[in-house]
Amino acid sequence: MHIDYYPGCTIKASAGQYETSVRAVLATLGIQMKEMEQWNCCGVVHSLASDNLIRHIAPIRVFARLQEQGGSEMLTLCDMCYNTLSQANHLVRQNARQRESINDFIEAEEDYDGEIHVLHLLQILRDRVGYQTIKKHVRRALQGLTVFPYYGCKLLRPGGMGIDDPEAPRVLRDLMHTLGAAVADDPLQTQCCGSYHIVNHDEIVSRRVGKIAARALERGADVIVLSCPLCHFNLDTRQALVDSPLPVLYFTQLMGVAFGLDLDVLGLNQHHIDPLMLLQQRGFVQEEEALV
Amino acid sequence: MIDQPREINIQLMGKDYKVSSGLTIIAAIEYAGYKLVRGAGCRAGFCGACPTLYRRAGSHKLYTALACQTLAEDGMCLVQVPFVPVVRRPYDIEEVAPSANIILQYYPEVAACVSCNTCTRACPQGISVMDYIQTALRGDIEQTALLSFDCISCGICSSRCPADIKHYPVGQLARRIYSKYLLPRSSQLADRLDEMETEQCEVEVETMMHLSTEELRARYEQRSFETVAGRDQKHSAIQKWGTAVDPVDYRDEVEEVAY
Ligand code: SF4
Ligand code: SF4
Ligand code: FES
Repeated sequence: MHIDYYPGCTIKASAGQYETSVRAVLATLGIQMKEMEQWNCCGVVHSLASDNLIRHIAPIRVFARLQEQGGSEMLTLCDMCYNTLSQANHLVRQNARQRESINDFIEAEEDYDGEIHVLHLLQILRDRVGYQTIKKHVRRALQGLTVFPYYGCKLLRPGGMGIDDPEAPRVLRDLMHTLGAAVADDPLQTQCCGSYHIVNHDEIVSRRVGKIAARALERGADVIVLSCPLCHFNLDTRQALVDSPLPVLYFTQLMGVAFGLDLDVLGLNQHHIDPLMLLQQRGFVQEEEALV
Repeated sequence: MIDQPREINIQLMGKDYKVSSGLTIIAAIEYAGYKLVRGAGCRAGFCGACPTLYRRAGSHKLYTALACQTLAEDGMCLVQVPFVPVVRRPYDIEEVAPSANIILQYYPEVAACVSCNTCTRACPQGISVMDYIQTALRGDIEQTALLSFDCISCGICSSRCPADIKHYPVGQLARRIYSKYLLPRSSQLADRLDEMETEQCEVEVETMMHLSTEELRARYEQRSFETVAGRDQKHSAIQKWGTAVDPVDYRDEVEEVAY
């Protein structure tokens, strides 16, 4: 089985380890990702201005291109892309007149009809593959590892657009349980990390990340897992204020470890806070493997 | 040619003129009596000095073209745009090693692109300008270099962009980084340069001076291509007919030699 894949800029520019680990994990589960031939930035942030349609051109062009390339479903890995694409899709599905204006402006061979489905990787794993199947591929259960799932906002909000209950999400918890790990939960899992304030108000991000990491530590977590490259950047680089920083991993990296995949595709050495030492101490990764 | 009227009406900067039909825009402007001091250069579609902004009769749309490559049409209303003030940020090529955000460091404004595609529509070279801005945004230097290869720095795209991006220096920076750091080196070129140093190649040139057209043609057709270490595929601009890498189709020239 294959699925059309929309990567987004951040994945390509700064989250290579997320992409390679996803490819490896999905290949193990029998799913091939087919990257779209031509694609543009998703638009990054969904514009709430009702009269500024130019902000929606980018996401709608992505759909129009996939429609032209013959696709009907689109996989995204990045929470920001997922959110922007879903919200723009929702807008043009609800609002025929705005859809028409955008289509007129884009002037593609075919108008975008609103029929493409956007799926976040976590939805594919939960709803298509299923935890039972995932469990069958676990070679090294993550027994004794306590994981703090961090959702942030883009995956869950606004309600109805997110992939899980915005107040009490469970998809990462269930997935980590499937891998054999213990899970530490806390309300701060759904608090925003400060997002793009990293660009010119990084003190906001440092403060928020500090609180989140401290709470995770208090709850006995060994690592934080997440699915968003921007959250990852913030949590991985802004734990300077925390006494003992926790490694921050993409959930697919831990799936890869549990599946016993090659460490070089998992990119565990591409983090500011090194996760390898911990994984080695707990016996999930052998010393010679960690030398990649 | 038979159906064409002998004269057409055009408007230059709002003033009406009758000019002979079948002229390029540059020639039509000169026919009307103007002397182009700026807004013209090579007259062969290479220098990018002759952007024209025009409207067609009966349409509200603004079109763009190179004046030396486009025929004047009846009812055109046009003006030359001899220069687009584009920002260029100096860099030392030794210090711009490829990394995912090197282009963004010099041209952060590319992040403002809204994917409207106006630049692509405006480009007289038929380049997917939006796509090279997008690949620059995500740090793909190779694609930015290849997609922008045919750019002649006319600046038209930048005069139309709603995000005020200045495009061609972005492509230029990518191509420079690409050729300095990423493009595979050819061992044949190094050998050839050695041969030139030792004047060995002069013997070959001397021999070629005495070959017939047929013999030269046979040599041309049997020429070998560059090989690149670590790649199975031979890497040569000439092999990629009709791609962005090869703006000139050498086959035409071969035919000409034959007749
Ligand atoms: S990319 Fe821009 S500057 Fe380059 S040829 Fe096209 S319009 Fe001119
Ligand atoms: S014209 Fe400007 S904003 Fe529009 S696609 Fe081109 S670079 Fe992006
Ligand atoms: S005059 Fe040089 S491109 Fe037209």
